[in-house]
Amino acid sequence: MAEFLFEMGLEEVPARMIAGAQAELERRVVGLLERERLIASGAAFKSFSTPRRLAVWVDGVAERQDDVAEELMGPSAKIAFKDGVATPAAVAFAKKAGVEVSALKTVETPKGEYLAATSVKAGRGAAEVIAAELPKELAGIYWAKNMYWRPGKPERFVRPVRWLLALLGGDVVPVSFAGYEAGRVTYGHRVLAGAEAITIAAPGEYEAALTKAFVVADVEARRHTIRKALDRVTRTVEGLRWREDEELVDSVTHLTEWPSVLLGGFEAAYLELPEEVLVTVMRDHQKYFALEDKTGKLAPYFLAVLNTQADEAGLAVIRHGNERVLRARFNDGRFFWEFDQRTPLKERLELLKTVTFQKDLGSYAEKTTRVRALAAKLSARLAERGVALDAAAVDQAAELAKTDLTAELVKEFTELQGVVGGLYARAQGYSEAAAVAIYDQYRPVSMEAPVPRSVEGSVLAIADKADSIAGMFGLGLEPSGSKDPFALRRAANGIVKILAEGSLPLTLGEIAAAATADAAIAGRMRAFFQERVEFYLREVRGQAYDVVTAVLAADSSDVRDALARAEAVTTVRGSEDFKAVSAAFKRMKNVLAQAKEKGIAVGGAVDAALLVDAAEKALAERAVELADAVEALRAERRYKAALEQIASLRPQVDAFFDAVMVMAPEEDLRGNRLALLARITGDFSRIAEFSEIVVAG
Amino acid sequence: MAIAGQKKALTFQDLLFTLQRFWADRGCVLQQPYDIEVGAGTMSPDTFLRVLGPKPVRIAYAQPSRRPADGRYGENPNRLFRHTQLQVILKPPPVSVQELYLESLEAIGIDLREHDIKFEEDNWEWPVGGAWGVGWQVMLDGLEITQFTYFQQCGGMDLDPICGEITYGLERIAGFLQDVDSIYDIVWAVEPDTGREVTYGEMRLPEEEQFSAYGFDYADVSKLWNHLELYESECLGLLAQAKAMDAEEGVEVLRRKRFPVLGAYELALKCSHLFNLLDARGAISVTERVGVMARIRTLVVGVAKAYAAQQSALGA
Repeated sequence: MAEFLFEMGLEEVPARMIAGAQAELERRVVGLLERERLIASGAAFKSFSTPRRLAVWVDGVAERQDDVAEELMGPSAKIAFKDGVATPAAVAFAKKAGVEVSALKTVETPKGEYLAATSVKAGRGAAEVIAAELPKELAGIYWAKNMYWRPGKPERFVRPVRWLLALLGGDVVPVSFAGYEAGRVTYGHRVLAGAEAITIAAPGEYEAALTKAFVVADVEARRHTIRKALDRVTRTVEGLRWREDEELVDSVTHLTEWPSVLLGGFEAAYLELPEEVLVTVMRDHQKYFALEDKTGKLAPYFLAVLNTQADEAGLAVIRHGNERVLRARFNDGRFFWEFDQRTPLKERLELLKTVTFQKDLGSYAEKTTRVRALAAKLSARLAERGVALDAAAVDQAAELAKTDLTAELVKEFTELQGVVGGLYARAQGYSEAAAVAIYDQYRPVSMEAPVPRSVEGSVLAIADKADSIAGMFGLGLEPSGSKDPFALRRAANGIVKILAEGSLPLTLGEIAAAATADAAIAGRMRAFFQERVEFYLREVRGQAYDVVTAVLAADSSDVRDALARAEAVTTVRGSEDFKAVSAAFKRMKNVLAQAKEKGIAVGGAVDAALLVDAAEKALAERAVELADAVEALRAERRYKAALEQIASLRPQVDAFFDAVMVMAPEEDLRGNRLALLARITGDFSRIAEFSEIVVAG
Repeated sequence: MAIAGQKKALTFQDLLFTLQRFWADRGCVLQQPYDIEVGAGTMSPDTFLRVLGPKPVRIAYAQPSRRPADGRYGENPNRLFRHTQLQVILKPPPVSVQELYLESLEAIGIDLREHDIKFEEDNWEWPVGGAWGVGWQVMLDGLEITQFTYFQQCGGMDLDPICGEITYGLERIAGFLQDVDSIYDIVWAVEPDTGREVTYGEMRLPEEEQFSAYGFDYADVSKLWNHLELYESECLGLLAQAKAMDAEEGVEVLRRKRFPVLGAYELALKCSHLFNLLDARGAISVTERVGVMARIRTLVVGVAKAYAAQQSALGA
């Protein structure tokens, strides 16, 4: 048994791809060794990565594969031996099996006597296997974007490979890839360690040797170092904390080999610029962490994660450079802000005519006209339903919503579209309701992100998204499979989330109908919305597959209601009564389906006179009583209570199926019993289609 | 505080001299800037056409690059209508190309041990030229100082061998070395006899002011369109002749060699610049935009294909 170490040196790999590639290399190397019977399952392994390397260490690798004995069947004995002499057929078989002719055996089979041989496949040495197989695994690693670099284009990879290291115990494994043959040397930090090769005598020395060369190869250790350093450096300023940012921590972890943290500052005067602009510059453009005071207010400092370590004098130089860049960026922001104010939002409406939304749907000016009309319809609908909203602010916001696309600040910081419009609207004296609506129009930006803060903002956000969906659907540009170039799924998910988490009494059906005059398109939109509601209930709310199917079969247009019903079903589904009633409903559905299939008539209304059996009488009576109670609870959206009522039907349902034969020979009795079942399944399936609930056991 | 410590930071022109000397010493031929308007050093035929085909190339040149939409009337301390790139083209790229690049930074007075340097993913693309590559933006103490690209495709054709392209932003680097907050305060040169400092603003500010005004306010839109059409039709005419010659049997070598594909490229570049001017002027409507870009792409990609065909017919 020996340890195995493989490292691939690369020119700087894009930070966003490193974690995936490290995991894939680990999986491939461990998988290869298992497949080739070189490690037992459960063998210890660990992988590493930095911008300039990917590596895997595996313990307990056998020096060679075990020999494998295999029984081979040969030709029939009659053909193989003539007069006790081996024929060419026997010789060929022996050769194939790798044994002497004298070692051949015969076995009885149903077809007669046949030759057989025990062939021993000699295990190969681990180094030989790895050298032969590992290159194929390396070539198979997935990269989001590849390149060629060698003449003749022999391989594509994320960036040029610069060295390979492969050691089994103390010995080099001659793995070849991308023009390199593996050796026992690696390289440290570009600047701190220089270009000198570092010799690794044995796999176990790898991490320590790299640490000496200013490389922390363990990603989690690096992440920990960065977090600790962020904390420590922040503590040097009284009363501040750094703004938690998991994504940014991840990014800088994959951008550094030897991280350290630098505190920088900027003039407090820049704090007059909107925080959104300051944070976008720091975070998205400079990868700096923002600092805030106890109240969450931005402080005039930042934290930069360096890929080096410097003494105080060195840090002063680096700090000065970073502060200079940030100052220039902030100046740019200030310049754009001031420049943009020269052309008020209102005047920018004209400019929107020259900004394309989509070639067949026209400019953003045309989109604005459509969104205004749609938002007005939705506002009116909500007002009818007693929702307090400022319809004039909705209209104002819808009119100005896209004007910031012509602003220099948005051209510079595209991620701030909407936000900038909202800030400008406020600065230019529009109502706070309109400004907030413009600001929030692109919310939610993801399923984890917040929805618009106000009713006005929600209406605008829904109208904007629904207009895009309706327009694209009208052009036949619906998402298919992994293709969704206009991010329509995200738009529809956004609408669903706003409805689910806000308080707007609007249904998806109403939104679709308001967004297009074409009933066919509205129909396709509703189907598309239903998929998104399914997605939302399952993936965001964690509702079970069958619960979601059951609830949406009853109705999928009212998102909040669907969510409430799903939650109620999930609460009661564990009870024995509910399980039994669900199973009984399934049985009723089946009976009705069979009847339909066989063309058996189902009676109209249930005729009390035709209820002859005590059990069916009891069921019918109880069902009628319950139907009213359930309906009353349903109207109040007290779904849990309603479901408990339905579950209380269990004794009667059980007794009915025990005692009564639905498919009675008498036509009138049969028809009446089917009518009873139809009535019960109809009455009690308005909250969820219980027959869809999977009952275990 | 000049970042190079006690040493006096390089002037703008010394920065250029030093980088040119550095790359000349490493085998690059120094070319002069191309004398047609381009938006980037990549568009000079010394990059755009030389990267095509199998012939090795090592060349370096400074390239003034015009981007009319980036003009700010000289009011913004960080933006220019015309900036200067130092372009280094290495085909095929040597194995140690990154290390060579880092050495060049040392040569201009940047002691890497005193700074934070990172290679962050940044891929380059010029759709109009059917060209793209992968690479990095090189960040020095948080400042992007260089675009480093492994050119993969050009004129819609796969490159083999591929080409390494290093583009230094000279104003950025000079501003960093001299530690000034405005581009216009960069010391361009120091007069050796008087010791007087000549600034970037002194050399270029009027140009920024006037060309911003020209691009945003004065350029005659209908005449720009006329120019565009004239250059386009001449370019298309040349491309048609090139195509005809390809179909012809027994073309004399001299005639083929003298066929002005390079002339056609200049005409295409003129169109590209006119498009940029019209764009800055806000004169390209929604419906026109995609169409005009496609027209220019036809020219630029057409020239690249004609150039490749000419080279291969001449056995180069």
